[in-house]
Amino acid sequence: MNRLAGLLLALAIPAVAGQIPLSERRSGYELMRQDTRNLQDDDTANPGMLWVAEGKDLWSAKPDSASRACADCHGDASVSMKGVAARYPVFSASAGRPIDLEQRINACRTRQQHASPFAFESRELLALTAYIARQSRGMPIDVGSDPRLEPFLAAGREEFERRRGQLNLACTQCHDDNWGKHLGGSVIPQGHPTGYPIYRLEWQGVGSLQRRLRGCISGVRSEPYAYGAPELVNLELFLMWRARGMPLETPAVRP
Amino acid sequence: MATALIHVPASAKRGEIIQIKALISHVMEPGYRRTSLGAVIPRDILRRFVCTYNGEEIFRAEMYPAIAANPYFAFNTIASDSGTFEFTWSGDNGFSKRETVAIKVE
Repeated sequence: MNRLAGLLLALAIPAVAGQIPLSERRSGYELMRQDTRNLQDDDTANPGMLWVAEGKDLWSAKPDSASRACADCHGDASVSMKGVAARYPVFSASAGRPIDLEQRINACRTRQQHASPFAFESRELLALTAYIARQSRGMPIDVGSDPRLEPFLAAGREEFERRRGQLNLACTQCHDDNWGKHLGGSVIPQGHPTGYPIYRLEWQGVGSLQRRLRGCISGVRSEPYAYGAPELVNLELFLMWRARGMPLETPAVRP
Repeated sequence: MATALIHVPASAKRGEIIQIKALISHVMEPGYRRTSLGAVIPRDILRRFVCTYNGEEIFRAEMYPAIAANPYFAFNTIASDSGTFEFTWSGDNGFSKRETVAIKVE
């Protein structure tokens, strides 16, 4: 009986996060094959640049119902948007919680441009996000220093460390404790969101960090959160904080 | 409209070997996949890519369903004269895209 109780107790203990020391963090880039790295490094070959090019057009295009394009207020994105993506998610006073870059774009669209928001994962939203994030390429991620973010950062960490799904796995068990090993034919990365939106060869297109997180969550056979759910944004916030100081690679290419 | 990203050096020396790269956005739907309800997703692929240099064909590729989305071609040619490279992609559902890039040869 005591042994059974001990076993149950052991099972009830949450997965323990073996945090990766800051100096040992590796971008998924470093775990990729050379040919995939070449694809990311060459702007004339990187298919993510197609989305960046489309985003550039959207930046100066007026939505139907509005009189102003992004560029009419923000000017040259290479100046005004430099470093912006490296700071997201940020705390939004009007929302009372953190919002990610996609949500910021849509908030700007509805409030300033009086247009309808882009759907999550729509080509337009990914293109505009990729274009804006491209302006911060090479800049260190700087997320989570705002004290108002503390409870959300803690909630994101809890999401990362909590076992879930039929496989009963927490993010941390693969991405902190077993990175560099293989899951099927794929190398397990540390899970730093350094290049979003990314061009994923498996997707044959560009996708957001939320799409990636939902894929991982359903991969452990858990019910994924809906796009834009607070839990996903908390997780994005925690992951960006966990990757603080690492350079942004947008648009990154991943297998 | 599909986006195409083309890289041709703006200028080159006569006789120099130059690299040309052309990337285009396209779904390259192979026609073998089905929706969750079992309906076949119709094929929608690029069939042909042609590059001409001052009107003369220098590169051509035929494409088939196994080619991945957003096809990318890189090839070399010899810079002979100043003029224009013309790139055309054509495919299913009447797809057609044409781009031109100028080069200065000294």
